[in-house]
Amino acid sequence: MSKLLKLTAIAGFAASPAFADDLTLGRAALPEEIAAWNIDIRPDGLGLPAGSGNVWDGEELYEAQCAHCHGTFGEAVGAWPVLAGGHGSLANEHPEKTIGSYWPYLSTVYDYVYRAMPYGSAQSLEPNDVYALTAYLLYLNDLVEDDFELSQENFAEIRLPNEDGFYMDDRIETEWPTFTQEPCMSDCLPEVTIAMRAAVLDVTPDDPVSEAREAQFRAMNEMGATSAADQVDETTEIADEEEAGLSTVYTAEQVAHGEREFRQCAACHQVGDNARDSAGPQLNGVYQAVVAGRGDFRFSDVMRNAGEEGMIWDAATLDAFLANPREHLPRNRMSFRGVNDAEARTALVAYLASFAD
Amino acid sequence: MSHHDHDAPSHDPARRQFLRGAGLAGAGLIAGGSVANAGTPDPLITEVQPWAQFLGAGVDAAPYGVPSPYEGHVIRRNVEWLTADAASSVNFTPIHEIDGIITPSGVCFERHHAGVADIAPQDYRLMINGLVDREIVFSLQDLLRFPRENHVYFLECAANSGMEWRGAQLNGAQFTHGMIHNCMYTGVPLRTILEYAGVKPEGTWLLAEGADASAMSRSIPMEKALDDCMVAFRMNGEALRPEQGYPVRLVVPGWEGNMWVKWLRRLEVGDAPWHHREETSKYTDLLADGRARRFTWEMHAKSVITSPSPQAPIYHGPGPMVLTGLAWSGAGTIARVDVSLDGGKNWAEARIDGPSFPKSLHRFYYDFEWDGSPMLIQSRAIDSNGYVQPTKRALREFRGVSSIYHMNGIQTWQVHANGEVENVETA
Repeated sequence: MSKLLKLTAIAGFAASPAFADDLTLGRAALPEEIAAWNIDIRPDGLGLPAGSGNVWDGEELYEAQCAHCHGTFGEAVGAWPVLAGGHGSLANEHPEKTIGSYWPYLSTVYDYVYRAMPYGSAQSLEPNDVYALTAYLLYLNDLVEDDFELSQENFAEIRLPNEDGFYMDDRIETEWPTFTQEPCMSDCLPEVTIAMRAAVLDVTPDDPVSEAREAQFRAMNEMGATSAADQVDETTEIADEEEAGLSTVYTAEQVAHGEREFRQCAACHQVGDNARDSAGPQLNGVYQAVVAGRGDFRFSDVMRNAGEEGMIWDAATLDAFLANPREHLPRNRMSFRGVNDAEARTALVAYLASFAD
Repeated sequence: MSHHDHDAPSHDPARRQFLRGAGLAGAGLIAGGSVANAGTPDPLITEVQPWAQFLGAGVDAAPYGVPSPYEGHVIRRNVEWLTADAASSVNFTPIHEIDGIITPSGVCFERHHAGVADIAPQDYRLMINGLVDREIVFSLQDLLRFPRENHVYFLECAANSGMEWRGAQLNGAQFTHGMIHNCMYTGVPLRTILEYAGVKPEGTWLLAEGADASAMSRSIPMEKALDDCMVAFRMNGEALRPEQGYPVRLVVPGWEGNMWVKWLRRLEVGDAPWHHREETSKYTDLLADGRARRFTWEMHAKSVITSPSPQAPIYHGPGPMVLTGLAWSGAGTIARVDVSLDGGKNWAEARIDGPSFPKSLHRFYYDFEWDGSPMLIQSRAIDSNGYVQPTKRALREFRGVSSIYHMNGIQTWQVHANGEVENVETA
């Protein structure tokens, strides 16, 4: 009852004249604020900004910002999403769901590229860039010619081939009559055989914790026969986080700060235990190393040349590079706008230095 | 077969008494080590142990407590080959290690599309815009001043068990069924906030959007938004964990987890769905004929035996044992759970224990005497609508094997005589 009263009280404010300055809770959203966040696009084109872009500009952007994950032809690198191809494959045993073969609406491409791409640097593209990339993705899917230009004006005219391939959830109408019948309780099947075993496929990840667990249970089983002391160390080790080795030059605070800053790098670079090359090289030991000195990673020519000329990744060079990667080493492959804050750059260097080999 | 006691209802008191008696006799049989050592006093009892003599940690040792160091194996796990990068990936709740119905916050599975957003509470903003009388920006403080409610709901990823569409794939309930958790949420009914902003008559859809670097977005029909959705800021009594959307997430009870937008920054009212990436390219169910269902929001009744299971084998040998598992339905409560020990030939009713909330996990137990012979164990949930969890084969007859999402078929574990358990598919 009292809750109802409270709700009525608040609703009372809402029911009074619809002036935003009447608000008891919250404040009116300003037009500039709504414009900044209201980025969504609908299939009918609602939300599209003014602008345009063509296939050729889209190709250049795609090569620089997208191809290292999605592949030169949209075929994808590793487990990243495939963007093109797969036409007519949806009823196959292994369907390939791409923009051209599966997605129902082009607006989804524009909306998603702007809100979430490039991965790790979202909302860094201008409307004309997104139009150009969207046009290029249509081209990669053989849906437009190479002289195509996409704009706010012609956007809603473009239809994707699989638009009619979707229908509203009908599980309750089609499946529930079968799945709501009284279940059998006894003698339900004549024979049960095993058709498949997960162990044969063998894709389950190794279990680093099962041994500790098993030791515990076996010890409990043999009451009095085993001490728990041995496996305590094992489990504690698993629970403890490894401490990063600290550099003598930088403070622990700087390293910790750098770890937070590194999130903006982590989409492409790994560091620490088990770090692997991904879009960018893994960065263990990069501090004080020769630029592009590793033969087993595909560095850009500009990076290779810098290394051959004797450039070392030290505090000064890392700082200058991180401040503006594109300007400092033009035509390198790192699509990252840089770190403005000098303190943050120092912290990043400190963090990288803590992973010296 | 191994289930000679199968017909007796497990909640019959006389039967329970029998089980207890049998348990004592069984203990003598199986714990061979103890019997052999019967003459040797146990030093854990006869000698004063360090913990019984010396002082332990004081009240200032752990201002925020963590699990016992002996529980280091109870952790979320991920499957590296599933995704290209850990910041756009998933890990799995160790459901084989936990009990009851509430999932401890620290082991609730995570699914991110651009990693965990780090948002200070004073930097948090929630915007409402679109077809409303008043477009508003709220601070977290504002949200805390609306009347709030508490509800327990499960969150299940639509792709939970998705790897099993093509048959047994992963050995472990954590991996096959661990994209689920069940928490008590504290928050403001979404209805309250929408009514406060004033939804215009033509406002039939809601877009929920996250503040993370994927700006996760989903379309929600207004009917659901006004029904039981919540704008939540607490889970299990404390602030949301960062990986669960701190400081504010959307709760969409009974519907697929992807809609429960984390780090919620914006609610837009519109007159049509947006068809964004997570409701077109993803989270649509491709069927055998090449067409696809869209907006398959509701999670239908499902269950799984969590122990024994491949990661939780039977170490204690024959005798009394507890078989346990979880059952849930996005369409109501769980009315009954049946258990089979012979691959679905014969079934017996399991015992549901603990609170039974709608759209929440239910805990079931089947207490029986294992004779040590191999078993094919299964569970089958029946919800308050009379929906009976189907077999995987029955689901495939309707949908083929390319759906990825909404696999709620009956799971089979094969228990070997030595207690080891593996994921198998029966025919």
